[in-house]
Amino acid sequence: MPHTIDERFAALPLAELADAALSTATELGAEHADFRLERLRTQDITLRDGRRESLVDGEQTGLAVRVVHDGTWGFAAAVPLTAESARDAARTAVEVAKVSAAVNAERVELADEPVHRDETWVSAYDIDPFDVPDTEKLALLADMSRRLHAGAGVSHVDASVSQVFENKFYADAAGTSTTQQRVRLHPSLTAVSVTSDGRFDSMRTLAPPVGRGWEFLTGTGWDWDVEIAELPELLAAKMVAPSVEAGTYDLIVDPSNLWLTIHESIGHATELDRALGYEANYAGTSFATPDKLGTLKYGSDVMHVTGDRTIEHGLSTVGFDDEGVAGQQWDLIKDGILVGYQLDRRIAKHTGSDRSNGCAYADSPAHVPVQRMANVSLQPALDGPSTEELIGGVDNGIYVIGDKSWSIDMQRYNFQFTGQRFFHIHNGQLAGQLRDVAYQATTTDFWGSMDAVGGPQTWVLGGAFNCGKAQPGQVAPVSHGCPTARFRGVRILNTVAEGAR
Amino acid sequence: MSEVLRAQEIAERALEASTADGCVVLVDESTSANLRWANNTLTTNGVIGERRVTVICTVEGAAGTAAGVSSRSTVDADSIVDLVAAAEAAARDSEPADDAQPLVEGDTDADWDDEPGGTSIRVFADVAPALGEAFARARAEERALYGYAEHDVTTTYLASSTGLRRRHVQPQGKIEITGKSADLSRSTWVGQGTTDFADVDLASLDAQITQRLDWSRRSVPQPAGRYETVLPPTAVADLMIYLYWSAAARDAREGRTVFSRSAGRTRVGDRLSARRLTLSSDPAAEGLECAPFFAARSSSSESSVFDNGLALQRTSWVQDGELAALVQTRHSGRLTALPVTPPIGNLTLSDADADGGLEDLIARTERGLLLNCLWYIREVDPQTLLLTGLTRDGVYLVEGGEVVGAVNNFRFNESPVALLDRITDVGRTERTLPREWSDWFTRASMPAIRVPDFNMSTVSEAS
Repeated sequence: MPHTIDERFAALPLAELADAALSTATELGAEHADFRLERLRTQDITLRDGRRESLVDGEQTGLAVRVVHDGTWGFAAAVPLTAESARDAARTAVEVAKVSAAVNAERVELADEPVHRDETWVSAYDIDPFDVPDTEKLALLADMSRRLHAGAGVSHVDASVSQVFENKFYADAAGTSTTQQRVRLHPSLTAVSVTSDGRFDSMRTLAPPVGRGWEFLTGTGWDWDVEIAELPELLAAKMVAPSVEAGTYDLIVDPSNLWLTIHESIGHATELDRALGYEANYAGTSFATPDKLGTLKYGSDVMHVTGDRTIEHGLSTVGFDDEGVAGQQWDLIKDGILVGYQLDRRIAKHTGSDRSNGCAYADSPAHVPVQRMANVSLQPALDGPSTEELIGGVDNGIYVIGDKSWSIDMQRYNFQFTGQRFFHIHNGQLAGQLRDVAYQATTTDFWGSMDAVGGPQTWVLGGAFNCGKAQPGQVAPVSHGCPTARFRGVRILNTVAEGAR
Repeated sequence: MSEVLRAQEIAERALEASTADGCVVLVDESTSANLRWANNTLTTNGVIGERRVTVICTVEGAAGTAAGVSSRSTVDADSIVDLVAAAEAAARDSEPADDAQPLVEGDTDADWDDEPGGTSIRVFADVAPALGEAFARARAEERALYGYAEHDVTTTYLASSTGLRRRHVQPQGKIEITGKSADLSRSTWVGQGTTDFADVDLASLDAQITQRLDWSRRSVPQPAGRYETVLPPTAVADLMIYLYWSAAARDAREGRTVFSRSAGRTRVGDRLSARRLTLSSDPAAEGLECAPFFAARSSSSESSVFDNGLALQRTSWVQDGELAALVQTRHSGRLTALPVTPPIGNLTLSDADADGGLEDLIARTERGLLLNCLWYIREVDPQTLLLTGLTRDGVYLVEGGEVVGAVNNFRFNESPVALLDRITDVGRTERTLPREWSDWFTRASMPAIRVPDFNMSTVSEAS
């Protein structure tokens, strides 16, 4: 049964505070004003070797007012949920705009959006994790930990689950008013093996963070029992696997690893605010600049990448963004060519688009919305091959599973990734694990070397809970779906050799 | 919603409401102001008021003591009771905590009853017009400026059922500027940590941007490889902070860090460097002052909620080249039979044989690279603490003791632990802003260092 907006949140004086803030801002001469009131409930649980290490409940509420006054932004956030606090925030936002006018040279204008009056939207989940007793959650995680710890060669087990229940109310002076509710969680278990001679390594579950409820831990959307049963043996094999010989290999990249490469080398690179330099001091810029829109050969012809804020269970999925823009889906890369960007209302207007595609997001009531990542996903090939068929087309290669270490440069050219496990592929067959593997490439070379993408049967929605961007720093949850894919001639490093001296 | 209560009153009411065996209340009150700019114009700004109330309840049982933690951003007289009840229920539902210890005892700070500190957008009253002038100069001279200024004052009130009433005001701030040539082919960065912006000289920062962009007028591309490399204080800070964050004693004892020995022992006492290098933290370090008591809102390898209020003293993590201490809770201190040395909010690296500053290290370099800063640092191999990352916003070629041009960027793969033993030259220790980690860690004093063989693994095309 679909859920409704939480009663405690709905009972807050949302419209009254919005009216107080928006009318104050308008009276003070703001040409645009928007108001957000948010409540973020969180719970983070960690277990160590099956015993509870930490269980922390949190709840953050607050309100925020953003204005455009005389062509300059102003923003203020406050904690008390009173009409006076809302009016104060509006006055502060206008004052911030006035002080900031000295450093503003570009008049702020926003792309139009149809008015969405009194809309509500709730994400797709079955069981609200905050309705599940802590004792039940701890018992489940302890049981999973113990099963994993019982595996041969497992020295330690870390378990964690982060849970978020997010309510957002948005209203603007144009008349849009939306109330939304999203639930997400991120469970993870890691097995650590320590040998008697002092070597150690680990292996983590591949289960992604998801826009689902507690049901994700009890059999809906993921088979934990199978994964926990397999992990000790896989880790044991990794501990005794040969170290990789550095060189050039064909790669089969599993969705559990490829989502992060998509996130870093496509997701961030197609954020228009980055391409325009807004993140030049922090998260960086992008090689995929607007002058290349429609011509940049991003990758091979089989590459079709979309942005969306609509996919079910996606972490970036919303009904409306934090500027009142309805969720949409669009192409970013088609037939290997850059054809689109992720936008908010200001940069949409600034670059001549009629409408924002709805990528504004603030991670808390205390922060200003900025352009954040949509669910950026690589589309599978209709009737495309299975993972086994893709592996079958490789003579000497590596099958990469699970994300681990990641790093990419500030223009999104040069990246280096490791993984949870790597299998050697010999004559189209898996031939045991390899250790100490990292792959390193330049974005367009890498995507240009993709000669096949798997079919829909290989497609998995992965993602991250804590993508970082903006100053003050904000985190954002985002999903990335992809099929298994094949890449030819990728540079492989031996990480032990890299560190040796 | 009823009246907004003072922090001290929230703390006292929470302690009164608790029926648990022990209770600790942390109230954090913060205000911050920020300005952000790009392409010589403002992009975003804001003034933010935040509050967080954390209640930790402990419940004793036959098998040990359990803890429950709950936090809220807003509480009034009624919801304080709910918050305490939630923490207490969590404790009663829990098995005994591994890190359980008696709560810290103590008394009331002289300034306990004082109001929280604060800030406003007016903290930038001098910086904002100076920035406006810098933007005008940059436009005239075909440069683009990007950057961020932030000031934050957080006041922490810590009260416990064992008599502690501690208060700490933490002002902190930073300003960062990235400068690029109009064609975006040349880029550089400067940053400064500050407590009140009184010491921020925007004209001087802008002059450094201009100088380093001038250094880049001559481009001398170099291939990947190992280079003699001078790292400035900001880059050293980013590497040492990662080392510090990887120094949990409990993890080391379990055999899962670079500081582990086999059979449940740690590497404390090992010589990490032939040089007389000392890596330390000190709540009273001049210019880097931070909380003199420990505050934890959750338990982990490095922190225990039971340790709230522990007095902090100067701690050497590395002393004269030897690993001297790891980050401890009282629990891990007992496991490792080592002194209880909790984490402290600043970090200083110094060398007893330091000589001169960054400019002297450059002058003493026959041929090598000079980095401006590092970025996107991530762990590749925890066994050796191998890190990867990028050079960013300026790599310069030094020949005959002078900067002669700019080199392309590189991806590096290096371990800060292994690096300590390969340092061949160290400058004086100075306050610096860690470029990569300043969202979490702004208080650092570091020297410039030179290493003979820094591993530049590949070329990055980014500029």
